[in-house]
Amino acid sequence: MSFAFYLISALTVAGGLAAVLLRNIVHCVLALTVAFAGLALLFLQLDAQFAGFAQILIYIGAVAILVIFAILLTRDPQVSQGKGMFSRTWVTGLLIAAAVFAVMGWAVLASAPALPNETSTPSVTVLQIGDALMSRYILPLEILALLLTAAIIGAVIVAMHEKVRSK
Amino acid sequence: MLGEGILKGLAETAKNFAGSYVSKERLTTVQYPEERIPTSESARVFPFLVYDGPDWEAGLRCVACQICEKECPPKCIYIEKSKDKKPDYVGKLQIYPARFDIDVSVCMSCQICVEVCPFEAIKMDVEFELSTDDRFGGLLRNRQHLAKSNEYYHQIHPTEASEVDARLGEEKAKLEAKAKAAAAAAAAKAAAPAAPAAKPAESTPKPAEGTDKQ
Amino acid sequence: MIGKADQIFVLLQHWIMGFFPPAWQAVVGILLGVVAILIVFPTLFALSVLLERKGLGRMQNRYGPNRVGPCGILQPVADAVKALIKEDIVPFKADALVHFIAPLVLVVAVFMGFAVLPVGRNMVLVDMDASLLFFFAMGASTELAVFMAGWSSHNKYSLLGAMRAVAQMISYEVPLLMTTVVVVMISGSLSLVKIVEAQNHFSGIFPHWYVFTPWGLAGFVLFLIASMAETNRSPFDLPEGESEIIAGYFTEYSGFKFALFFLGEYVGMLGIAGLGTTLFLGGWAAPFAFLNWVPSWFWFFAKIMLWICFFIWMRGTMPRLRQDQLMNFAWKFMLPMTLINLMVAALWRFVDEAWLRWAVCWIIVIGAYVAMGRMGMRRKRIAPRRYRYAE
Repeated sequence: MSFAFYLISALTVAGGLAAVLLRNIVHCVLALTVAFAGLALLFLQLDAQFAGFAQILIYIGAVAILVIFAILLTRDPQVSQGKGMFSRTWVTGLLIAAAVFAVMGWAVLASAPALPNETSTPSVTVLQIGDALMSRYILPLEILALLLTAAIIGAVIVAMHEKVRSK
Repeated sequence: MLGEGILKGLAETAKNFAGSYVSKERLTTVQYPEERIPTSESARVFPFLVYDGPDWEAGLRCVACQICEKECPPKCIYIEKSKDKKPDYVGKLQIYPARFDIDVSVCMSCQICVEVCPFEAIKMDVEFELSTDDRFGGLLRNRQHLAKSNEYYHQIHPTEASEVDARLGEEKAKLEAKAKAAAAAAAAKAAAPAAPAAKPAESTPKPAEGTDKQ
Repeated sequence: MIGKADQIFVLLQHWIMGFFPPAWQAVVGILLGVVAILIVFPTLFALSVLLERKGLGRMQNRYGPNRVGPCGILQPVADAVKALIKEDIVPFKADALVHFIAPLVLVVAVFMGFAVLPVGRNMVLVDMDASLLFFFAMGASTELAVFMAGWSSHNKYSLLGAMRAVAQMISYEVPLLMTTVVVVMISGSLSLVKIVEAQNHFSGIFPHWYVFTPWGLAGFVLFLIASMAETNRSPFDLPEGESEIIAGYFTEYSGFKFALFFLGEYVGMLGIAGLGTTLFLGGWAAPFAFLNWVPSWFWFFAKIMLWICFFIWMRGTMPRLRQDQLMNFAWKFMLPMTLINLMVAALWRFVDEAWLRWAVCWIIVIGAYVAMGRMGMRRKRIAPRRYRYAE
């Protein structure tokens, strides 16, 4: 727990809070990318290079851009809908958030004693990650690949359908 | 095959690239301040005032009729009439411009002032290097700057200038002939009523002006 | 075979580090590297702008800039001075903060990429395990900067340009990443330093660069096309199509911020050229065995400047694509070709007999290229165009 950790954590939390609290929705997305970048830095601080760079590449390079596209293609980002900062279903939202937080907290707390008391982080190279993915975790990888392929086919079908109808 | 066109295009540009170093004819650029193309006769840039004879102030053809000032679309001409009169090219007394300013920054080189001028007094120049570092005074040309001799006009637009000269000469000859005829008639009539002899001689220029406007 | 000239910059760095107490030496070393990157690449940027203006001029039978300094070589200096003293205009309705941050994000992201490029033997700022991934992570951040610039300007042209740029960069990032995967598969490492070392062998006098293999050549060509699109270079310069949307996402930028965008664009080009050189053209490796005495950093910079010259050549040759052509090309040609190339690389890896893998790989690559070209051409019915009213 160094100074850098607190700095990065503060950055991440501030980004996340700004993403929730800002009024302009494009600003929210930009704040969200700050949070993503903070997460990536946290990964890097833990010597998890692959996860950190993948976080930047996928979350900042793709997810944030996708969210932006979704916002700009659906409605005017300048107009903030509704009067208050909270939606009408805020109770449900809060409950879901609390549940997710509880599960994650439980998982972290439960896994703490399972870890051997290592003082130094194991240095995992990208090569090892690749080997693990191709041998031990081949089944989850294939399932994910299948899921993504299905998603792509679904997207193509949605797009094709609209094209046919417009003709 | 796919990509064939790209290779052909690349070869073409490479040929041009290498060729521009080998053959000078390829380079059409004129390196302006050092090299210049002679201005063509039909070049028209900015108006100037024509004067006859050696003295620019006495020879100005302009009579300050202000037609150009009124016709100018961007209103870049400013004229002040003189209080006194001076003789014009046929010797008739006319008003002359005490001030004649054209603003370079406003003028759009439309040549309408030239077309409306009944006295062939304003013509288009070919000089185009009018830029200056003085934004206000430097871009306002007064009548001294604008006055250029008829010889200069002949130099830059020879065909047009000789046409104009021929026309003016014709008119002048016509007027002189008319004056002579009037003088002859007056001389013939001089025997009987001696008193109104001067009057017809003075009224002759008016129809001449009318023909000029065509 | 490591001479003094080859290591001159490394020795210089160590010599300067020697003046500092041992605790500071690591920091000073990194700082020196950063300073070197911040000096060398903007200089190359100035050089490539000049080259571009002169080269394009010559291709169009013009002189190009030849007034400032002898043969116009001081033109970039004049441009820089102009950019610095110009008024910085922020549109009234612009989102001032985002408008301000966008060029900074772009330039920072672009320069970060150089941290992992090995510009010579032992000359890399950060030798990390996943440096290829790092480079692409930084490249991905530039998309966000472009979007920020376009959105914050509050201008339709800017927004259109930004959307075009982002759509294009995302589309071409897929083939760009896939082509580099081929190299990673063969060399077995994501580290750029190791990738260069894997190519720095010679059989006779000829080097073992990846571009001389079937999958490498295909990957190289695909990478070249995708990198042109990724840096918004002509013929893929729709995001700043002057004839349609003024200047795209930097329409509303002036003065030094515009200069930063300009810098970001060209330095991004240099960066991707450096990556391509590292992956396919052997990085700092000499092209022939007998040229090994020339310093390694010279080869790296010579190769990226060649790459830039090719970019300029392409810009002088090709007209701009249309948006649908751009997307069709990315998804219907580039992506299938990269996937086929992946399979070819896998074959190369697992077929042991040398002549067999050469033959099979070449046949697959060339066959796929010809077949896809035929298919694409047939659908488009390319023929001399006849205009009904012009005859």
